[in-house]
Amino acid sequence: MNLTRIAAVARKEAIHVLRDPRSLGITFAIPVMLMLLYGFALSLDVDDLPLIVYDQNATPASRDLISHFTGSEYFTLVGNAAAYRDVQKAIDAGDAMVGLVIPFNFEQLVQAGRPAPVQVLIDGSDANKAITARGYAQAAAAAYANRTLVNEMLRGGMRAPDPPVEARPRVWFNEDMESRNFIIPGLIALIMTVVGALLTSLTVAREWEQGTMEQLIATPVKRAEFVLGKLAPYFVVGFCDLLLCIILGRYVFDVPLRGSVLLLVAVSLVFLVGAMSLGMLISIATKNVQLAVQTAMMATYLPAMILSGFFVAIPNMPGAIQLVTHIVPARYFVTLLKGIYLKGLGLRVMWFDALLLVVFAVIVLGLAIRKFRKKLV
Amino acid sequence: MAVAVELTNLERRFGAFVAVDRISLSVREGEIFGFLGPNGAGKSTTIRMLCGILTPSGGSGSVAGFDIRTQSEQIKQTIGYMSQRFSLYEDLTVEENINFFSGIYRIPAAKRRERKEWAVEMAGLKDHRAARTSTLSGGWKQRLALGCAILHEPRIVFLDEPTSGVDPLSRRRFWTLIHELAAARVTVFVTTHYMEEAEYCDRIGLIYRGQLIALGTPHDLKTAVMKDDVLEVECAHPMDALDALRQCPSVREAALFGNQLHIVAAERARTEADLRALLEKSGCALTRIERITPSLEDVFVSLVEAHDRDNGRREHTA
Repeated sequence: MNLTRIAAVARKEAIHVLRDPRSLGITFAIPVMLMLLYGFALSLDVDDLPLIVYDQNATPASRDLISHFTGSEYFTLVGNAAAYRDVQKAIDAGDAMVGLVIPFNFEQLVQAGRPAPVQVLIDGSDANKAITARGYAQAAAAAYANRTLVNEMLRGGMRAPDPPVEARPRVWFNEDMESRNFIIPGLIALIMTVVGALLTSLTVAREWEQGTMEQLIATPVKRAEFVLGKLAPYFVVGFCDLLLCIILGRYVFDVPLRGSVLLLVAVSLVFLVGAMSLGMLISIATKNVQLAVQTAMMATYLPAMILSGFFVAIPNMPGAIQLVTHIVPARYFVTLLKGIYLKGLGLRVMWFDALLLVVFAVIVLGLAIRKFRKKLV
Repeated sequence: MAVAVELTNLERRFGAFVAVDRISLSVREGEIFGFLGPNGAGKSTTIRMLCGILTPSGGSGSVAGFDIRTQSEQIKQTIGYMSQRFSLYEDLTVEENINFFSGIYRIPAAKRRERKEWAVEMAGLKDHRAARTSTLSGGWKQRLALGCAILHEPRIVFLDEPTSGVDPLSRRRFWTLIHELAAARVTVFVTTHYMEEAEYCDRIGLIYRGQLIALGTPHDLKTAVMKDDVLEVECAHPMDALDALRQCPSVREAALFGNQLHIVAAERARTEADLRALLEKSGCALTRIERITPSLEDVFVSLVEAHDRDNGRREHTA
């Protein structure tokens, strides 16, 4: 291996990159677009559920119950129904997601100390949201019941009992349970994968298509020199993209970064080498720009999106799919990113994931170099 | 004299198609060797095997003493190659292209500037060093490609159709450059389908349908290789005469060259007698009949026809 030749290839490739403003623009537009799109538009938080109330009782007791719903941040009152049909209509039309129906004898039953059933209708077309809404509704009803019970006892001259068990939840690592806080780190993995593989998947195939490769393979340039030299400028571009992502996450989305920035950059760069080598390998194997780009997107974007744990929690996947995620390098990268971002973890805990990224990078880079042949056909 | 290129029964197949069919030849050091043949004859395939970028299917060969099968990387150190399709980077400037190859060939830092100046000068691009290569005309591109291919002063240069699609003046200039190389004892292996360019070569090989059908100096080919005679005939109404002569069994071939006729004859005396009789009968007054040295085109056409005739007969008897 010779540095002069690597530098010659790298310099030439860098000129290609700089002289092609469209491609260069895309390399910076992709991360910004994905960040803004996913960061702002994609929220997995369930709050402000639209609520419609059909209060047949209209008493202080029923209004008290309603206030337990509307007083929380989870429900927003969107209307009062005059008939049961209105509730149905509102849910059908999607104007309300939750309907609360209070029977005409609600106060009577409560005062008599008898069970007072109220009906809660939930639109189940988004199962995840429906489950959360049910939980919120039950909690609101339970809180009301609890308070009524305590008041009742106090009025009867009894001392209010201490609840036998009280769960005091405390959420770690993402105290506000902001979905953005784990979306952004996952997004960095997605962006690094896509940008890395997309950029490099063009390069070698383009030289075959334009005929410049025939000249190049007749020179003494070594395979490793060629591949490394070609990777170098894209590595710099990828590094800029990474910094851009980190800065956007910190200053636009206020995502806390609790671990070491240095470690974050280091593991990202290792991952970048792997992703870019994969793009290069695809480019070398296909010798066709269009095919290479399509293959690169299929081989990187989909797994990084679906199988990395960025979007869908891996423990929730079927067993066979869980096994498949083990060969998706983005999975380890997402684990590392979330660990560094949210938990402030270091290599002491996550060394194995980091090691796997190094192994992935070395193997794919090696494959790319081996696959590159200085022969036609 | 040392041998630069040596081929023995070199063969290359693509599936059932035989692109190069057992070619054997050798090129001496410092020679300009022309590989002549129509498009698709196997010229590029041969030259690619010599440059180590295509593996032969059969036979053997060596370039500068290195085996083309096993030592292709050593060959690439020693040679310069200019492919048929323009293969420099269009979005790079003249100088950037030169710098790139200068780095790839690891030209020592001390010599780099001098070689670059030489290449720029040779290509006549002094006023265009900072121009994008895509803006250059065909002739300039070709000379720049040559400059990049020989920046490292290789002892053997392979040029694949270097002058195709270039204007005649640029072609002439290009051949001057080739002769300058040869004067510096560089071996030049060049392919072309222009017959007149073959005349500039020390020796030529004629390749047709993958087979080497003749090998020698242009003079040898014109005098010794062609077994038939070429007669130049001057007469009245040459167009009418042409039709009449084509019917004559002792005339192998008849073609119009300007206002004269070129007749290929297997037996000169008999054909001449037939000609005189025929022309008189058809009222075309004969002014001159003369045996001439055939042009390379004559030689090539006649050899190709002989080749096809032989193959046809072989196929017929088989």
